[in-house]
Amino acid sequence: MKLTGAEILCESLTRLGVKHIFGYPGGAILPVYDALGKSKLHHVLVRHEQGATHMADGYARASGEVGCAMATSGPGATNMVTGIATAMLDSSPVVCITGQVSSKVLGSDAFQEIDITGITMPITKHNVVVTRAEDIARTVREAFLIAASGRPGPVLVDITKDAQQASCEFDWDASAPKLPPKRQRINYDQAEFDRAVELLNSAKRPLILAGHGIIVSGAMKAFEQFVRAGNYPVAMTLLGIGCFPAKDSLNLGMMGMHGEAWVNNAIQESDLLIAVGMRFDDRVTGDLRTYAKNARKIHIEIDRAEINKNVPVDAALVGDAREVLEKLTPHIKTRDHGVWLRHIQESKGDSAVRDIQSLPDNGHLYAAHVINDIWKETRGEAIVVTDVGQHQMWEAQYYHHNLPRTLITSGGLGTMGFALPAAIGVKFAKPDAEVWVVVGDGGFQMTMSELATIVQEKINIKIAIINNGFLGMVRQWQEFFYDKRYVATPLVAPDFAALANAFGIRGERISTRNEVIPAIRVARQSNETVLFDFRVEQEDSVYPMVAAGASLHDMIRRPDSPLVETATEP
Amino acid sequence: MKKVEETMQTLVAYVENKPGVLNRVSSLARRLAINIDSLTVGPTENEEIARMTIVAHTDEKGAHRLEASLEKLVDVLLAENISNRSILERDLALIKVLADQKNRPHLMELIKVFRARVVDVAPESLILEVSGTVDKIDGLLEVLRPFGVLEMARTGRIAMTRGGDLLRPPVANEPEVSANSENRAGTTVTN
Repeated sequence: MKLTGAEILCESLTRLGVKHIFGYPGGAILPVYDALGKSKLHHVLVRHEQGATHMADGYARASGEVGCAMATSGPGATNMVTGIATAMLDSSPVVCITGQVSSKVLGSDAFQEIDITGITMPITKHNVVVTRAEDIARTVREAFLIAASGRPGPVLVDITKDAQQASCEFDWDASAPKLPPKRQRINYDQAEFDRAVELLNSAKRPLILAGHGIIVSGAMKAFEQFVRAGNYPVAMTLLGIGCFPAKDSLNLGMMGMHGEAWVNNAIQESDLLIAVGMRFDDRVTGDLRTYAKNARKIHIEIDRAEINKNVPVDAALVGDAREVLEKLTPHIKTRDHGVWLRHIQESKGDSAVRDIQSLPDNGHLYAAHVINDIWKETRGEAIVVTDVGQHQMWEAQYYHHNLPRTLITSGGLGTMGFALPAAIGVKFAKPDAEVWVVVGDGGFQMTMSELATIVQEKINIKIAIINNGFLGMVRQWQEFFYDKRYVATPLVAPDFAALANAFGIRGERISTRNEVIPAIRVARQSNETVLFDFRVEQEDSVYPMVAAGASLHDMIRRPDSPLVETATEP
Repeated sequence: MKKVEETMQTLVAYVENKPGVLNRVSSLARRLAINIDSLTVGPTENEEIARMTIVAHTDEKGAHRLEASLEKLVDVLLAENISNRSILERDLALIKVLADQKNRPHLMELIKVFRARVVDVAPESLILEVSGTVDKIDGLLEVLRPFGVLEMARTGRIAMTRGGDLLRPPVANEPEVSANSENRAGTTVTN
């Protein structure tokens, strides 16, 4: 059967199981769009190509399947760069397809020609230029395979216009992936494994550092069995949230810069850290010279390049989290850490003083109230997509996730503007799920044009703008470290409710605490998108905080203030 | 000089012999903030595969990261840090040196001692070809300098592990096991 390159691409994507493509047309990708129109693929027209990549990323994170974004050459492709880097830093499987000028004019600075494979080389797992229709099917299949396998990541396929237009014989079976042969490494030897077991069984104060790798690997069950076998307390990275239920008493919560105080202290006091699918990012370790000085370390990680990168470890088990955990669990003999667990529990009670959630209503609306109320009203069952900044940290602190893939957030790159487009992708991945966007007034203004995409696609998500009139996290740093010199952080915003109305979306402004729950209830009843402009306390800060480069136990705590009097039990 | 050598790490990589791969490899080193001292690349007996010798100015930890990160590249079949193994290292140099009638005999003596070869003779100069370790070539260069070195081209190092310690490209469908003898049992994973 003879097909054009464009038709082959659409046929290949269909056979690879793609249902939705997030994209934006243009000259160099037009043949593909023409073929798209004749295919069964659903195309979501975005308002900016950055949005397309975030949507594909959100789709991938919520479903565990490969997300697919599409753009034209030149500016279309360069607009994808931020989204590709976001996916790269958080190991999200995304395939980006870009149009390219005809192979005959490649390198001639033709209209809308840009070397997008050169640009994206360091921010993709792999990328490739295709100049012949014959190569399209195989290359796209390889792209999906690479994106999803091992430690996942984004792959970009740049297809020249003449390759899209040319016709050739289409033979699916003959175009199976043909990746270069790889040396199969032996990931760890018996001695290394025995060393890990010995460490596990001799620890008095063990602590698990649970990361994104558990979710990516689908290791939740194996992880739970491992935790139960050793009765280990669990600390979460931001992206690890959801890999183990928040309601479980062994789940301590989030670690790191804005982690719970009892978690960070436990890390510093521990004598064995069991790191699973996490990479000792500087945001979770603080100063490496003082990090967990008394702890031996076991690192379970699929990416060999992460071993000993930031923190030297005593036993490194390279491999898929599920496989390694399943091997380890039967060897666990010790599970009596009663003293240690009680010790952590006691410090937990002490730290609850920072909890402004349990304060009586004094007219102030805090972000914590809003997020905690959303948690309560949704019974912790919604998928929450956050942006980056204070609200993101409050979400991690006040929305308690029991299920994996229910917190979707940009961790590694910290991309503002991520939330709204990513949530659209999430909704396509999980059409029956309740999807909430928690976003700041700064980040929302970066990609709010995607409201039009929501309307055009008639999708139903709930948007909670945590509006404090500042670029809040930067303001907080200015408050703490720059003598409150608020340079370039006070932020003018439009009337978000009116803005939503202009898009044809219901919008509401909420300024007091007693309005929050009724508003959430009404929104949840609606089967359309609703946007809330929550006007929260302007100069609230996220506590505790480990200053960049400070020791993990050196936390800035919420100061005593009339707003924080006595805390009740959490 | 000696101290710098101590932090030089030698890696061997087999890569797909196609455009852009050299760029990926060098770009990766740049991204990891690792300075490459020399990088040589040439075909192997299999024309689809090229072999690289990378000499990087870094420590053992950096070399591990470079090695592991290189193997994550789709086009890299294998990367191995061979710094701590018994290896043979060679550099090749062409040196154009000033040689008049008067000093030519003296020059020929030195060439003999260093086992260099004269590959081009002109009235006022000679081109010498010399191969060997970096130290040897540096040594020859040192003694040639007083005569007047007009031009020099060096290949950069190529390296190979000695004896039965084989480092061969993996063949499709026939996964090869690490030559590192302490790794014997365990699981494998592909990236």
